Amino acid sequence: MNEPKLLNVTLRIWRQPDADSPGELVDYPVRGVNPDMSFLEMLDVLNEGLIQQGKDPVAFDNDCREGICGMCGLVINGRAHGPDGGQTTCELRMRRFSDGDVITVEPFRARAFPVLADLMVDRSAFDRIIQAGGFNSVDTGQAPDANAVLVPKEDAEKAMDAAACIACGACVAACPNAAAMLFTSAKISHLGLLPQGNPERGPRARGMLAAHDAEGFGNCSNEYECEHVCPKEIKVSNIARLNREFFKASVLDE
Amino acid sequence: MNTLDSKTPSGPLEKKWDKHRFELKLVNPANKPKFDVIVVGSGLAGSAAAASLAELGYNVSVFCIQDSPRRAHSIAAQGGINAAKNYPNDGDSVWRLFYDTIKGGDYRAREANIHRLAQVSNGIIDQCVAQGVPFAREYGGYLENRSFGGAQLSRTFYARGQTGQQLLLGAYSALMRQTAARKVKVFARRELLELVLIDGKARGIVCRDLVSGRIERHAAHAVVMATGGYSNVFYLSTNAASCNTTAIWRAHKKGAFFANPCFTQIHPTCIPMSGDYQSKLTLMSESLRNDGRVWVPLKPGDRRSPDQIPESERDYYLERRYPSFGNLVPRDVASRAAKVVCDEGRGVGSTQLAVYLDFRDSIQRQGAEKIKGEYGNLFDMYHHITDEDPYLVPMRIYPAPHYTMGGLWVDYNLMSTIPGLFVLGEANFSDHGANRLGASALMQGLGDGYFVIPYTLGGYFGSEKLGKVSTEAPEFVEAEEGVTARTKKLLAVKGKRTAAELHRELGKVMREYCGLARSEAGLKKALSRIPELREEFWKNVMVPGAGDCVNQALERAGRIADYLELGELIVRDALERKESCGAHFREEFRTPDGEAQRDDENFAHVAAWEYRGEGKAPERHKEELTFENVKPSQRSYK
Repeated sequence: MNEPKLLNVTLRIWRQPDADSPGELVDYPVRGVNPDMSFLEMLDVLNEGLIQQGKDPVAFDNDCREGICGMCGLVINGRAHGPDGGQTTCELRMRRFSDGDVITVEPFRARAFPVLADLMVDRSAFDRIIQAGGFNSVDTGQAPDANAVLVPKEDAEKAMDAAACIACGACVAACPNAAAMLFTSAKISHLGLLPQGNPERGPRARGMLAAHDAEGFGNCSNEYECEHVCPKEIKVSNIARLNREFFKASVLDE
Repeated sequence: MNTLDSKTPSGPLEKKWDKHRFELKLVNPANKPKFDVIVVGSGLAGSAAAASLAELGYNVSVFCIQDSPRRAHSIAAQGGINAAKNYPNDGDSVWRLFYDTIKGGDYRAREANIHRLAQVSNGIIDQCVAQGVPFAREYGGYLENRSFGGAQLSRTFYARGQTGQQLLLGAYSALMRQTAARKVKVFARRELLELVLIDGKARGIVCRDLVSGRIERHAAHAVVMATGGYSNVFYLSTNAASCNTTAIWRAHKKGAFFANPCFTQIHPTCIPMSGDYQSKLTLMSESLRNDGRVWVPLKPGDRRSPDQIPESERDYYLERRYPSFGNLVPRDVASRAAKVVCDEGRGVGSTQLAVYLDFRDSIQRQGAEKIKGEYGNLFDMYHHITDEDPYLVPMRIYPAPHYTMGGLWVDYNLMSTIPGLFVLGEANFSDHGANRLGASALMQGLGDGYFVIPYTLGGYFGSEKLGKVSTEAPEFVEAEEGVTARTKKLLAVKGKRTAAELHRELGKVMREYCGLARSEAGLKKALSRIPELREEFWKNVMVPGAGDCVNQALERAGRIADYLELGELIVRDALERKESCGAHFREEFRTPDGEAQRDDENFAHVAAWEYRGEGKAPERHKEELTFENVKPSQRSYK
């Protein structure tokens, strides 16, 4: 196997010491980047260098580094999770960049996602949206036999497509209105498509949408940017389903 | 002689749990809200416990290190969860699940715990389905099953390659429901830095708010730790970056015995190592072994590309050596077999530390669409990382540190040697012996959380007199002072090396001397090297910044300092266990055909280590394992 050609890049990174201080973009050269590295491993290299010099490393959220925990999320050259779509920041590899590139790295920005430090944002609004109805009300021990209620395979598959959401917040970062409609609709679809979630469809749609708005997320104006950046390729058709559920719930409520 | 009392109930195995539940004291529903419970960790075990305890009426506080409880590392579990439903009518039963699990663990776990786990397994599936977990279904709408290693039947329920994610989201939704009902308070972005004991009982914790840097004190009537495993001691593992041993290590230093620390599972199907920059090894689910065939070239040094190697020159070594289980032998067996062929010079890829996992035949037989439906996300993940398309070329895989069977010692009630400290899931040692079977971690985490702790914690509260304690108590003040002093100490070294650098060195020592194969000479080397690394750490580590703000370098350094202590205990345990069993393979103890050779006469016990203070050797206690229902035999998967 041939040795890969190493890259030299310049990172233009958003630095902000804490939530209350102003931030700015700062340039950092990184040399000798192996193209097989993940984007976050490249940031590790940068940070180790900064630590060795006694400087504060760049704070960024990350955890599983395999695209499932939803902890990481950076806006890279203006696009949430980087250039490709269908993947998280931790899955992005440096082979996607060229020698000499200047790469701008910013946090996910939205009024409902305040920056905590550098590239870390507060996404706890998502938890509060789930608290407003993103569950089936079943206590431990109440459940009937798992095969007592049949679920058509197609419904289970569709529910799984929506349930794949990792709550990373890229949809919010990409939306010109900073809406969290893709996130909210994914949960409403996931549970609404299953018979087990049926009894609470109405209150769920109403409750979760009210929480969504109260958190300061904007409304959907069909830009479809969310779908393009979603690492799990959640479809905007879920938003249409959310709207139907909400409409039905509101009419029935009258 | 037993020095540790497991509190296993008497009577026939299949009646023990029922009998015990009857004998456990109950807490009157009106009194439950008077009890505060701290749950540390929000993975399957922690979230399931917290939600279930809150439903019963207790006041629960949950602490997690991530920004949301939904991100705990259980989320990364891929393949599935076992249960004894016997839906496929292929011969399963509670007894068979119990038997497979105790055999899979190479007879180094407690019969009663495993049997209870098998008993509650079916209820877990019921609960998850009711929560809305979108398990795979057949066309008729019934649940589908698949096979996993160490079993000759299909008992694994799954949600594509994202089973852990879906189960965790189920538990998380139950947790969020209780949060909305104000029965649970979630403290996210918190790291436990000390356990607080009052009158010898666990009564609270001291933690750090990872955003503000503030040190907080929290009091409760009991503490439940569900903080996962410690595979990151190997530096490169399948674990998430924040997985750490700090919570259980602090508890250990406060008196909780640490059981079987050397039982660490090296998972056979992971993407191989590539370069020094690498931060983790990515797991490829064991479920892939349902349809993928493992092979290497027959001849050492055969560097042809896989499509150029004819059938007759391939060695499907698992199918050859283990005809009855084939590619589905348990993890310890599969991992060792991979090491053997690579040691013979038959490894593939640039490092020659890899074997092929080949889907060619399955794709021909079932079609690419079917394979995509089963494993699509795993294939995509592999493609992203390696830049190779596994639909066209075989995957390259190699074993990587994954799961830790060892953990804090707990009795049948899941209580540690510290009264009031309960330990669930991977953080305890209880159910998997010396090797965990695939799809059993999710089962244990949820079993502990949904169906064990709700009973046993009530039993504790019902039989103890626990007054209120104040966070102003001297024990809390002292604990906080200790935490603050340690932070100051880390920041004051101002040396020349990063914590990550020293972590990499520790990992190398651990992998080389205490990984897939261990020997007395190697372990002794590790035992002298690790204290040197620890000394180097405290003399020469560089932690920039301050303690009262976001400081990820500080967080990391603190965790690595604990790994540098735990690493030594793991090695010590491996050295003292002079036998091979499950994942613990001592080169000196093997059968003529290279399998693990147990020594039941001298080692049919749990080793539980007691911390005895700085600079003092820890003391090794024993819990003898008695087998009344199964007869320990040489494991055979041939």
